[in-house]
This record gives sequence, C-alpha cells and structure tokens, in this order.
Amino acid sequence: MQAAMGLMRRMPPKHTETSLSALLSLLPDHSSDLLSQVDQPLQVLRDVDFEKEFILCEYNRDADSYRSPWSNKYHPPLEDGCLPSLELRKLEIEANDIFAIYRDQYYEGGISSVYMWEDDNEGFVACFLIKKGEGRRGYLQEGAWDAIHVIEVGPEQEGTTSYRLNSTVMLSLTTNNESSGSFSLSGSIRREMNMRLPLADGHLCNMGRMIEEMEGKMRNSLDQVYFGKTREMVCTLRPPSEVAQMRMPES
Amino acid sequence: MAEEEEEAELSEKQKVEIAKWFLLNSPPGEIQYVAKDVKSILNDDGVYDEASSEAFPLYNKSHMICLQMPDRSGDVLVTSFNELDVNAFLDPRSAQVAIVDHVKQDCIEVRPAKDEELPSPYIEEFRCALDAEVMRYVDEAYPKGVCSVLCVNGKDVDGPGSDFELVVVISAARLSPQNFCNGSWRSVWNVGFKDDQQRVEVKGKIQVGAHYFEEGNVQLDAKHECEDSTLFQSPEDCALSISSIIRHHETEYLASLEASYLNLPDTTFKDLRRKLPVTRTLFPWHNTMQFSLTRDISKELGIEK
Repeated sequence: MQAAMGLMRRMPPKHTETSLSALLSLLPDHSSDLLSQVDQPLQVLRDVDFEKEFILCEYNRDADSYRSPWSNKYHPPLEDGCLPSLELRKLEIEANDIFAIYRDQYYEGGISSVYMWEDDNEGFVACFLIKKGEGRRGYLQEGAWDAIHVIEVGPEQEGTTSYRLNSTVMLSLTTNNESSGSFSLSGSIRREMNMRLPLADGHLCNMGRMIEEMEGKMRNSLDQVYFGKTREMVCTLRPPSEVAQMRMPES
Repeated sequence: MAEEEEEAELSEKQKVEIAKWFLLNSPPGEIQYVAKDVKSILNDDGVYDEASSEAFPLYNKSHMICLQMPDRSGDVLVTSFNELDVNAFLDPRSAQVAIVDHVKQDCIEVRPAKDEELPSPYIEEFRCALDAEVMRYVDEAYPKGVCSVLCVNGKDVDGPGSDFELVVVISAARLSPQNFCNGSWRSVWNVGFKDDQQRVEVKGKIQVGAHYFEEGNVQLDAKHECEDSTLFQSPEDCALSISSIIRHHETEYLASLEASYLNLPDTTFKDLRRKLPVTRTLFPWHNTMQFSLTRDISKELGIEK
C-alpha cells in the first residue's frame, strides 16, 4: 500500500484514473484501501426524478449503485440500499440546499452534492463535493476543479463537538494555442483541519465555515506555492533572458 | 463488482505492460523511485526485470538524460539520435562511444568511435562549427544545460551537392528531491541542409516539465513546436545563424511560458473558483435560515430556477 501511495504521488495527476485502475488490477486484495485512499476525478450521474445531476463517490455508493442526494434513491435502482436515518437525511437535504448556494457564489456554476451517514461512535460523517469544469472561457481553454471534503463529526460533549475535516482539491488547467504551444498544469493536494466548536450555531454553520476557510487556503496554496514552485523550476532551468543577456559579452 | 473478472489473474505480459506504463510516466529524474515502488508492488523479479529492461532505455532516451563518461572526458547525452546500439551512444564531440547501463543510468565504459560511426570531414565541419556556437549559447542561457549536435541523415556526404540533416539537442535537468521538486527542459532542433534550394530549414520541439510534490502532486507539462529557416552558407555562418534562430525561439518561448503563468491567477483560476464570493464577503453561514426561507418562498411562488 505504501508503495502504491508512493506511485500516486509521482504519476501525472491528469492520469490519475489510469494509474488507479492499473494499481487495482495489480493489487486486487487492496482494492477497498485503494478506492478509499486515492482520490480520483469526480463523476456525475443524472437523477431521473429531479432531472438534476449529482456527484458520485465512495460515500454514496452501495454495490454498483449511487444514491442521489436529491431523491434519496439509488441509481441504478437498488433494493434495500443503505440510507441515512430520517433525522440525518433532514440535515443532508438542508446541507445540499445551502451548499448549492455557497457553490454558486464561489464557483458561478458547477455541481455540488452532500452526503451524510452515521458512523460507529455516536457521531456522523458528512461528505461535501464540488465539481467545476470549464471549457473555452476567456483565456482558459480547459479547466477542472474537483473538491472533496469529508468531515467526521464527533458526539456532543458539554455543548461542543469535534470536527475532523479532510479535504482534497484536484485541479487541472490546460491552455493550447498556436503561438505558445500547449501548457498544462495539473495536480492534487490534501489537507486536514481539526476543530472543536460550540454547537450553538449548528452543525451546518460549523462545517460550512471550516470548508470555506479550507478551500480558501487550498486555492491559495495551489496558486502561490504549487504553481509558484513549478514556475520557479522553469526559471531555474533557463533563467529569463534579461539575466542571460546581461552576462552576454557585447559582440 | 464483477468478482469473476477481478479474480482472474493478470497474465505476466499484462503485468509487464502495466509496470512499463508506470516507469515511462515517471516525472523527470524520478524513474528510480518509481522503479522501487513498482518492484515492491509487483513482488515478482522476473516481471520487474523484463519491464525495467524495456522501459528504462525508452525513458532515458525520451528524457535525454545526461551521463558522465568515466574517464572525465565529459558528458554524453542518451538520445535516439546518437544511438548506435541499445547500450551504445556516440559522443561526436569527443569522438567516443559510451556504453551505458540503462537501468542503473550509468556510463560503464567508453571506447573510441570507429571511422564509420563518425560523419565525413565535410559534414563534421558543419557539425563542429554548430556545436561550438550552440555550446556557447547553452553555457550562457542554461545554468546546467548540456547539448550535442548529431548528424542524423547523410553523414557520409563528402562535399556540396547533397542534402544532409543535423540535430541539435539541449537537455537541462534540475533535480532536488530533498525540496520535493524536479524539472527538465528538453529541446530538439532538426536542422535540414537543403543543397538544391541553398536553404537550411530549422524545426524545433521544446518540452518543459516540472513536478512539485510536498504534501501534494502538481505537475507542469508544456510543449511547443516551431519552424524557421536561413540561408545555406559556410559552416561558420550557418552555425551563427542557426544558433541565433534557436536562441531567439527559445527566449520567446520562455516569455510565453511566463505569460501563461502570469495569466493564471486573474483569469484562469478565477474562472474555476473565485477568491471571494460574488458578494465580495464571506459566505453568511450564520444566516442560512434566510436562504432556506427565500428558497421556500420562491418554491411556493414557483419562481425557482
């Protein structure tokens, strides 16, 4: 498993799906570990009842079917597929509504889905997903942003609750034109955040703020640190011409 | 899941293919790390040895890796243009042939090149003059660049009247795994000397890759192709004009890469996710009841989008 995760850290992020399926075929015994630890670009399905798309992930999958957050039904239909409790489903519906507005304000489009389920230690787990893809808009020719936020919510203790957030952002940007050729930056980063918060504002408010802060930080790191480092690398390989020209003797 | 199919063991051949795919997709300078992981996942030395013996030579040539020759006679580039044999690569500058171990990425020994492996004196004049000019440019422009000029067509042409073709290869790699960062710049310039038209046609392919992997995995993959031409002149004049064509195009390309990076935050990134919501304030999580209410109202009025 360690070697598999090592490989995933080195393979081109735009080939994540191929890498994962190659690993699955080499290590069939580790398939559930691989599927839960390797983040792959998000896929969507259409909810036939609501005529609305929803995002697929390991957390809304049962056998080969995926539960839609809109109709709470499995696609393709599945008898006695696993469902959240009524109370949790209520929270899930609300979370989907609010998160859709959040997504619209930051992403101006895209798709979002929220899934919740009970866990073994009296708390629950929530998974917030956002998928945004862009083709040919302005300078950007092709871009994709997939965000996965999984929050483990602990049981209430004296009016507070612990939240453990694990977030992954997968990003790819490609520009292609005749004068400058093809330029592609892609990557994924993963971050964790732990907080203990008063329940007075409610779970959704607490989780939402954590996600908003995390997304802001991750966007910033990708932009400043990760893309910055690759740009720095290019300049180390071949420093910009002004520097080179200064060292050139007059001819 | 389709259990039956999952259970079916992969054939050795399929395993070799998968292992090769991983090896060939290694970022610059990282094939040895990838090989270690692949080996431990396969847990089958036979399969691993077959995959690595096939993948390493391909990777080494496509990344145009640079190996030090053992007798301090300089560096040799491993490319498909100077490949005499699977393990033998010509270094025309020192007129030597380097024998390499692909999997260890090491040059084991060198031998003097045989006459028939080297270009004719007529070609060598053009090659040598261009080599000197390109070397001067590479020394100036790349802190750690290595270059070579090789004859790929018509190496036995012994005087004016026939076409021939040289290739200029430039390879610069910067590996600092301790800083989680590796990268490489590779350019290949095909230089066709057209005797009948008295022109020299120059076609370039540049490929730049970078990998940053501290708590993540981000990779740059940039490619560019261009063409130019100049007059067929004396070896020295050709060398000067060809090297200035290369310098010009590579400098321009670097500027366009810089421009792509500068465009990222304002346009590209913003199209995907804004720094702040359209309202320019953080999302009002404390006030979400308001949203639910407006939603209910719009639902009731039937004005929901």
